[in-house]
Amino acid sequence: MSQLALDKLKERFGTAILETHSNYGDDTALVDAAQWKAIGKFLREDPALDFDLPVDLCGVDFPNRLPRMEVVLHLYSIARHHRVRVKARVGDEDMDGAELDSLVSIWPGLNWLEREVFDMSGVRFRGHPDLRRILMYPEFEGHPLQRTYPADRTQPLVPYRTEDEAGMPLNKLEPFGHDEGMPFGRQGPHPRAEDN
Amino acid sequence: MEPLDIELDEGELELPAEPMHLNMGPSHPAMHGTVRMVLELSGETIAKVDVQVGYLHRGFEKMCERGTWAQVFPYVDRLNYVSPMLNNVGYALAVEKMCGIAVPERCQWYRMALGELARISDHLTCDGAMAMELGAFTPFLWFIKAREMVWDILEEETGARLTHSFGRIGGMAEPPTPDFKKLCLAALPEILHVVEEGERMLLNNRIFLDRLENVGPISKADAVALGWTGPCLRATGVSYDIRKAHPYLKYDEVDFEVPVGTKGDTLDRFLVRLGEIRQSKRIIEQSLARMADSGPVNCDDPRVVLPPKSEVYTTIEATIQHFKLIMEGAKVPAGECYSYTEAGNGELGYYLVSDGSGTPYRVRIRPPCFQIVGGVSKLIEGRMLADIVPTFGSLNMIGGECDH
Repeated sequence: MSQLALDKLKERFGTAILETHSNYGDDTALVDAAQWKAIGKFLREDPALDFDLPVDLCGVDFPNRLPRMEVVLHLYSIARHHRVRVKARVGDEDMDGAELDSLVSIWPGLNWLEREVFDMSGVRFRGHPDLRRILMYPEFEGHPLQRTYPADRTQPLVPYRTEDEAGMPLNKLEPFGHDEGMPFGRQGPHPRAEDN
Repeated sequence: MEPLDIELDEGELELPAEPMHLNMGPSHPAMHGTVRMVLELSGETIAKVDVQVGYLHRGFEKMCERGTWAQVFPYVDRLNYVSPMLNNVGYALAVEKMCGIAVPERCQWYRMALGELARISDHLTCDGAMAMELGAFTPFLWFIKAREMVWDILEEETGARLTHSFGRIGGMAEPPTPDFKKLCLAALPEILHVVEEGERMLLNNRIFLDRLENVGPISKADAVALGWTGPCLRATGVSYDIRKAHPYLKYDEVDFEVPVGTKGDTLDRFLVRLGEIRQSKRIIEQSLARMADSGPVNCDDPRVVLPPKSEVYTTIEATIQHFKLIMEGAKVPAGECYSYTEAGNGELGYYLVSDGSGTPYRVRIRPPCFQIVGGVSKLIEGRMLADIVPTFGSLNMIGGECDH
């Protein structure tokens, strides 16, 4: 990991670097979402940093905090053997305004990763060449890795057969209950039971 | 060759042609069952390709948020199901990094030996399947025969051939069996012998070489910018191997080389994998030589490691400890952490976010395949339709890993 990257970022961008930490040896900078692209460009082009390998991009949802969605980018430099993690927070409680500049022009490898974050977490990337769903099917509604998406919700493309259609009792069980497999501490009211 | 004597004005006539759209996959034998390519062909040349993944998406990351930290192990088995041991160990290392625990030395050597066995099986599957897709069925059967030898050892150790779920936070499920070393040392020369036979058969075959050489090349800079890691990146000449660049376990204490290619074409990828099988053999031999025959395998931390069953049934302390670990899960300190290991296909990263409870807040896996498959269109656009099969085969796309 690279303390150098954090120092350089702070020196160059000042207040746009909101927070830094190096827990577990992973140097992390939380940055202003508006500066996302400028910071990406700087990390790629500064000769002392030279982050050429886009390792990973993912979204982490914190529905109780605003802005809600944290987009996490991991970078590595083949030549300098150092890593950095850059994060930005976007989106209000309904995920309105969850937008970031696309970094595909800087690292082409982020093309699919940005599509995945869009698909799974619902962050839109401005200027992405082809922002479509990648893991889910086009008819899918919602973004499954948002914490508010119920884990037991199903969206079959072909509707399940009803007992009327089958003409006999099917005795089908639900795929799994909302608490199944969860440790005691995590059990709570069903997210959709409150609506009824 | 002299051109045929055809009348010019007829030869210059342009035939009405429009691009042909062709669906390749998802149930095409060379697409590993899980990828669909929508091709736009002009003659036999690929003008444009849209690679679509996700047919094997199972919501792995969402499922991890429902169980305890230890309940993630069976899920990671099913990511790269050809080398599940590497995934198990990678995840165990990630959680151990967050908990700040270190496993005993014996366990580290054991993990390395098992992991390298898994790597051999991974590379054998990839190279064998690629040969089969090109019509060479015999080497495939030989490589699979060698893989069976690896899986026999893993079955002896873990009880399962494919999905072992053998890793544990702070150790392994079981200590090595008494015969482990003997089994490995007996099987390794045989595996290498079979590999050499298959290799001789393939690499002296003009047809096989012609289909690989200069097919699907990629430059160093392109491969890095696409986020490639592992054998596919090393085939271009970048010697980035996490075992060397950022050693974990005991990789800094063993002697091995990182095979690299020069051109980054399909043949290089094939050869790099064969080279790594030989290096894995060296690592296994050194690990076995240095692994103690007795001693603890699991670390001595009752907060994460299950007590022995005999104690669970006889003492109240162990019963409570077992109950708490199973029902509430081992508590992992709040925070975030990225841990990375070298898996069969490249950098396998786990980005874990914990809120301090017994359930992961977020488990993000960085599967090496995903970005490699993301670069496929760059490799095959402008090439012939038949080049897809060797190119795609040499990337070792594993559906479970790529589609999460």
